[in-house]
Amino acid sequence: MIQADLSVILPEIILALFAMGALLTAVYTVKDKLAGVLVWATAALMVILAIVIASMPEGTNVAFNGMFVDDAFARFSKSAILIVAAIVLVMGQEYMTRRDMLRFEYPILVALSVVGMMMMVSAGDLMSLYMGLELQSLALYVVASLRRDSAKSTEAGLKYFVLGALSSGLLLYGASLVYGFAGTTKFSGIIEVAEHGEVTIGLLFGLMFLISGLAFKVSAAPFHMWTPDVYEGSPTPVTAFFATAPKVAAMSLFARLMFDAFGAAIGDWQQVIAVLSVLSMFLGAVAAIGQRNIKRLMAYSSIAHMGYALIGLASGTEAGVAAMLTYMVIYITMNVGTFAFILMMEKDGKPVTDINALNRLSKKEPGKALALLVLFFSLAGVPPMLGFFAKYGVWRAGVDAGLTGLVIASAVASVIGAFYYLRIVYYMYFGAEGAEVETKGSPILGVALSASAILMVVGVIYQFGIEGAALSAATALVN
Amino acid sequence: MDNLLSIVTFIPALAAVILALFLRGDDEAAQRNAKYVALFATTITFLVSLGLYFQFDPANTGFQFLEERDWLMGLKYKMGVDGISVLFVLLTTFVMPLTILCSWEVKTRVKEYMVAFLLLETMMLGVFMALDLVLFYLFFEASLIPMFLIVGIWGGKDRIYASFKFFLYTFFGSVLMLVAMVAMYTDAGTTDIEALLAHSFSAGSFDVLGIHVVGGMQTLMFLAFFASFAVKMPMWPVHTWLPDAHVQAPTAGSVVLAAIMLKMGGYGFLRFSLPMFPVGAEVMTNVILWMSAIAIVYTSLVAMIQEDMKKLIAYSSVAHMGFVTMGIFAMNQQGIDGAIFQMLSHGFISAALFLCVGVIYDRMHTRDIDAYGGLVIRMPAFALIFMFFTMGNVGLPGTSGFIGEFLTLMGIFQTNTWVAFVATSGVIFSAGYALWLYRRVVFGDLIKESLKTITDMNAREKFIFAPLVAMTLILGVYPALITDIISPSTAALVENVNQSLAAADTSPVATQIASH
Repeated sequence: MIQADLSVILPEIILALFAMGALLTAVYTVKDKLAGVLVWATAALMVILAIVIASMPEGTNVAFNGMFVDDAFARFSKSAILIVAAIVLVMGQEYMTRRDMLRFEYPILVALSVVGMMMMVSAGDLMSLYMGLELQSLALYVVASLRRDSAKSTEAGLKYFVLGALSSGLLLYGASLVYGFAGTTKFSGIIEVAEHGEVTIGLLFGLMFLISGLAFKVSAAPFHMWTPDVYEGSPTPVTAFFATAPKVAAMSLFARLMFDAFGAAIGDWQQVIAVLSVLSMFLGAVAAIGQRNIKRLMAYSSIAHMGYALIGLASGTEAGVAAMLTYMVIYITMNVGTFAFILMMEKDGKPVTDINALNRLSKKEPGKALALLVLFFSLAGVPPMLGFFAKYGVWRAGVDAGLTGLVIASAVASVIGAFYYLRIVYYMYFGAEGAEVETKGSPILGVALSASAILMVVGVIYQFGIEGAALSAATALVN
Repeated sequence: MDNLLSIVTFIPALAAVILALFLRGDDEAAQRNAKYVALFATTITFLVSLGLYFQFDPANTGFQFLEERDWLMGLKYKMGVDGISVLFVLLTTFVMPLTILCSWEVKTRVKEYMVAFLLLETMMLGVFMALDLVLFYLFFEASLIPMFLIVGIWGGKDRIYASFKFFLYTFFGSVLMLVAMVAMYTDAGTTDIEALLAHSFSAGSFDVLGIHVVGGMQTLMFLAFFASFAVKMPMWPVHTWLPDAHVQAPTAGSVVLAAIMLKMGGYGFLRFSLPMFPVGAEVMTNVILWMSAIAIVYTSLVAMIQEDMKKLIAYSSVAHMGFVTMGIFAMNQQGIDGAIFQMLSHGFISAALFLCVGVIYDRMHTRDIDAYGGLVIRMPAFALIFMFFTMGNVGLPGTSGFIGEFLTLMGIFQTNTWVAFVATSGVIFSAGYALWLYRRVVFGDLIKESLKTITDMNAREKFIFAPLVAMTLILGVYPALITDIISPSTAALVENVNQSLAAADTSPVATQIASH
């Protein structure tokens, strides 16, 4: 029995063992000198695991009495998380080496947090949910304050930790209420209780606390406060990581919990998520207008984008979940490209984050400016870029589920949001002469930037099977 | 050729990609090559698109040259043209080479400029050919991006404000349309425009937030589409982006904007609003007719007091588009024929007027009417051409402008005499502002020092105007060239709308409006 269980959870075990092995090796040998190698080794392992997971046979495997579920949904999310984590890890290596901040702990912590994320998306029980979430978060708190000598980075880590602990508290409180009223922490048990009797008020309270805790992790308004500060304060490679893998993991966990544990009470959580979604979209759109720092701007942009993705979840249907997953994949692809560029931005060797610095970029770097133009129009959801189809997908699911009001609100928010993306295009193409940014960095960044921009255009013609995979993942979750 | 439409649509895009990838450097030779590639590509596109004209069968009121392929998310890549859209395709391919020619003197970032215009042409052609809702939306919205850049990079002093206003105004209208499109998909189960034209959307009244919506879903969808097309058109009172965009855009940008992009709104009304939501259209008709009448009179009056030539012509465009919406919502054969005719004719005349302004702007670098006067003495050829198109703009019989205005007025007279009465007075105002502009710029004494050395049009400029003069005259004396093609399709459209209205039994609609 145990052997069968272990074989289901093998990818997680391998990655965890690798992280610990790497830690021991590095500590007892050359320490930071090993960091570069470790980055590449971790990334390679992640890519291999992603390929292995993606090519696993179909079907659902359950391990440890339902604590751990391995289904098409989990496999889809895990592959996305592993690949994007690997890319972001590699992207940051040169940046960190040049600024002498590449510690050997960095790849190890990222690997551990990815193990946490993999646990999250596979959780079949409130306990494994919490375990995965904490493993992920604790590793992230530490990488946020990776620059020990920078006040901002330390502040980011501390803020993230305190607010994260608060959210974990909310989540745990919710979990205990659910346990108290459902008599079990297992998702399959909770859904049975909800199916057979009324959803009691206690269960409902528990559900709301769980949602609040998770909203914190996906940075949906009104639980978003940590995001801009953490994005700004953390070293840019770490911010790039925050903006991608953990978002997918938290969103997937959100969907997992809502459908596996509370799928019988869609009416009870649909409205709550719709409210979270509207607030996030508008807050993200409006608050970003005042931002001059591109990292803060991307933080608000991520809040808004989580709002759009939540529309898919709020629709409570298979198509909705599929649309949400597609949205997340497209979103992280855009973010990889955008952060690849942000990593390149510097002046006299110092990183620059002010958007004014993008003035006249199209003169100096026409190729990079064009790629960014594509990415920002895609983020704004303007066709023919793929970002538009991401929005189209969730809107279609939303209207199908009768959430027309929510969809109209999000349409309005997307117009407001278009303004700040356009402004960046404005600096790049129409701006006056002035402080200009230099772009430096490893060729990997250039490749990531242009690849993600090209994908935004080519994806309109061919989507590499993402759509079908997302749909079968959603089918596995919803049924 | 089975995929003639795709070929026509994507030749410019292909040329744009070639330019962007393979043309290096920014020296004079590279600039010249960019211009020639763009001119060559747009001309080829025009020549190929002539095939559409000759192979088009006017008697067939369905879609022709159909292409259909599977696309992502269950959508289809489907293209086709009918009598309503085929001429807009030709208008686009006809005007584009002229805009490239009139940009011959552009000096900054020539390559990017040409790429933007070529991409813009692909997007605009796609709008008129797309037969899938989302494909249509994709082209419709994507055309904003090159235009935003054209105004923003090569525009005048306040180009930033104008480009943002242009983008956000039209984007706001369009996303509401997108929501309606999604709702249509949910209702009909398809995004195929051909199938949607045959689908009848429910028109049962219901309450939304305590407001009684007559015509129900049809009215709401009509309004959502209206938000987009009315802004694009533009109709009073959402027209304010147009004068700003026109004034700041470079000459070629103004030409494309006036000659083609505005027509996307009118085309949208004819393709979606009228045939798909006839009950919604019926409910809103009176409001729209009066909005059109106000547009005609009000913007004509506003045009009179403008100091800036481009702004004046922009307001005149809004007034002329008022005739178009009025004709469309007369919902009879003459009205709709007239609306399409007016759009095509305005495509030639307004393009020519903006080109005229461009000619003197290139020499004097000002658009202030006061800075000119007595140009006829130094520029007789220009005076002649400008006179011709001023007359076309006024709607002088013998020019195409007359046919459009006359047909729309005739159409509206049958359904709403008061609107026709008000709109006709607009014709007089338009003569007022157009002739006054002409007098102030061309006649009078040549007293301004700076004008004493101004030169007349060169061969290239004369060459640009030749086809426009020819089209305006030919259509003015032989309108059947156009009406023969559009009439069968518009007759089918009117028939279709009337049938749907009869089937939906509109008499309760009228009483419902009366009782609320």
